[in-house]
Order: sequence, then C-alpha cells, then structure tokens
Amino acid sequence: MIEFHLDARSGVAPYLQLIQQVRHALRLGLLKEGDRLPTVKDVVARVAINPNTVLKAYRELEYEGLVQPRPGLGTFVTRTLAGGDEAIAAHEPLRRELTGWLGRARAAGLDDEDVEALLISTFREFSEERAGRRG
Amino acid sequence: MSSVITTTGLTKRYGRRTALSDCTLHVPAGHVVGLVGPNGAGKSTLLQLTCGLLTPTAGTIEVLGETPHTGSPRIGFVAQDTPVYGNLTIAEHLRFGAHLNPGWDQALAEGRIAELGLDPAQRAGKLSGGQRAQLALTLAIAKRPELLLLDEPVAALDPLARREFLQGLMAYAAEHGTSVVMSSHLVADLERVCDHLIVLVNSRVRVDGDVEELLGTHHRLTGPRRDPSTLGPGRHVVQASHTDVQSTLVVRSTAPVDDPTWASDRLDLEDLVLAYMTEAGAHGRDRVLEKR
Repeated sequence: MIEFHLDARSGVAPYLQLIQQVRHALRLGLLKEGDRLPTVKDVVARVAINPNTVLKAYRELEYEGLVQPRPGLGTFVTRTLAGGDEAIAAHEPLRRELTGWLGRARAAGLDDEDVEALLISTFREFSEERAGRRG
Repeated sequence: MSSVITTTGLTKRYGRRTALSDCTLHVPAGHVVGLVGPNGAGKSTLLQLTCGLLTPTAGTIEVLGETPHTGSPRIGFVAQDTPVYGNLTIAEHLRFGAHLNPGWDQALAEGRIAELGLDPAQRAGKLSGGQRAQLALTLAIAKRPELLLLDEPVAALDPLARREFLQGLMAYAAEHGTSVVMSSHLVADLERVCDHLIVLVNSRVRVDGDVEELLGTHHRLTGPRRDPSTLGPGRHVVQASHTDVQSTLVVRSTAPVDDPTWASDRLDLEDLVLAYMTEAGAHGRDRVLEKR
C-alpha cells in the first residue's frame, strides 16, 4: 500500500500529483499487479483533499489501463510499469552511485538548482544523442 | 444536475445596511463548496439564510427543494464561534443531540469522539479550540444531514488542528456523499478541499462555479501597454493594471488567448480570487466591517 502526499506550491493540479505518485510507485516496483490502492476515504482522511479529486485521479488511471475498480473491494493495480526483475535489481546500485555523485556535486559547491540544471541538461543531451544514433 | 441551494435575486438588509444583494446562485449537489470573501462580505448572512435562521428581505431561496426553516433535520449547521456548552460534558452534548434530532446516529457520534481520543466525561469548557470545533462538527454530522453548512470552521484553529479538522470533514464527505458549504476569508483554507467556489465581495456574488473550470478559463496576460477593450468578444477583463509601457490583465475566456504579443499564464486559485476582490475594491473601496 502506498501513501499519498501533496505539494501545494508545486503548481501541479492535485489530481495530477496523485496520478504521478501512482505511476512513480509502479515504476519503482513499490506497487505491483494485484496491489490495492488506498480507498478514497483513506486518502482524503490523510491528505485532507476533496474526494472528487481522488475519484478523478483513479478514473484517469483506469482510463490509462493501470488500475481497475472492483465494486465493494477497492481499486487494484492491473499492470506494472517497472521493467523485469533485472531492471528492478539494478535500481539499488544505480541509486547508490547517484547518491555518491550528488555528494561530490555538493562538495564541489553546487546548490540544488545547479544540480537540477546539470542533471536535466545532461539527461537531455544523452537522450538526443541516443535518438540520433537510432534514427 | 440537482441543486442543493437555488437562489434568485436573494437580498438581505439590516435597516439601511445591505448584507447581501441580488444573489442568484445554483449550488450543485455532492460537492464541497467554498464560500470566500473578506470579512463583512455577506458570507454568514448567506449561510444563515440557507439554514433558515434569517428570512430574506427580497428574492427567493430554496434549499434541498424546500423553503429553509430552522431545526430542519436535513441541514447541519456549525456557526462561526463553534458553539458548545462549557458546563456540559461531551457525553451530555451527544445525549442532547440525540434528544433533539430524530435521525441521530449515536454510533457515528461515539465513534468520532473515540477516534479523536476525547474523554466523554470531559467538560466542553476544558477542550482546546481544535477539540471544540471537532465536537461541534460531530454534533452536526451525527444528525446525518443532507447538507452541511460550516461558517469559518477553521479560522480560529492552529495549522495542525486545521488540518485534522479538514481530514475528518473530507473523510465524512467521502463516506456519506454529503454536500458541504463552508466559508472562509482565506482561500488557502479551502483550496485543497473545495471543488466548487463562490466569491462574495461587498454583499455581491463576483464569480462562482466549478474550481477546475474557473482555473481553466482564467488567464493572466502580460504585454505591451494597450486598451483592454481591444481584446475582442468573449473575453471578460477581471482585473487590469498598467505601467507606462506594460499592461497586466486577468481575463476570463473560454477560448485560449493565442495573440503572440501577450504572454499568457495560468492563475492559481488564490490569485484568481484576489483578482476579483481587488477589482471590487477598485470600484468604490467601500469594504464594510463586520458587525457594524
């Protein structure tokens, strides 16, 4: 079971934040096929948001084919977004390397914004290069 | 869509002072509705007309398909100062509620008190502000009303108590599908919990509607200085400010604004409400203080 949270200052609509958190959890393997999402009542009792916001997020996830409501039982994950076991097993060592890299970046005097800018621009270059090679 | 509240030209005057003027509204069922406006805008007056504590000077109001009358078991009302009886215990409050209300749900009331970790033998006078508000909410929802009205329920609470109050309220709304109308002078209190909004300023309804639709149809435009009336049809300028070279407009428009000379931004709910309030202020600056 996952727990939702809300960033009021992000500028992202609350229902989209909920969708992103589910997709994220699916990607990280925290949610797997057959897992139940928290009930609408559980979510609103925790996050203090409008019940219709949660319903809208769940409907959208259903439309994307990621979850399926079962009347009286709850909403269940029907598909995973994570790669195979191998990909999930690779997460931990990659995370450790990234943590090490972040430590070195901080030691070199980069602040949060510097780190974010560097990550995003490198990621973009890398993706473009790969796309170029394929095309 | 069925309405829980329908008003036409609803007006309330106290002597020479107009508390609410020419208010025409449809509040849809099954929503959590935020009633926002500065102090003295007419929020309490509208809520008290809705639960039958006040009668209109002019115009009509229909609530749940009938003329509102006090003591209706179909409406739960929590007044502004979350009134409880200081000398009575929590258990006595619940007995009192059971005695007055035919549809009283004692299990729900006791369950909530237990969930909040309150001792039923505790006197209400000894409770914290947050606990008093929770007790008042418990008394209102144990009636199992179809419509719940809350006047500034979280204004006096600290941030933690405020969050806990809204968590309890949303859990109740999710479970029972009750329509809720709650007022506040702070948009931030309502932003997460409301999906329908009514903005009252100077006794008038400035804007009302579905929150997402409001957010989707309001834009902030910035560009070289120009006359707002040249924007074209279907675009209502809510607020305009100009420097010698630049104009900043808040515009309501169903069509996207694709003129390349304007930079267009989305507004958040607080900016949207403030735009309507500022506009009203600029046209008279006659904000009336509450209880005068």
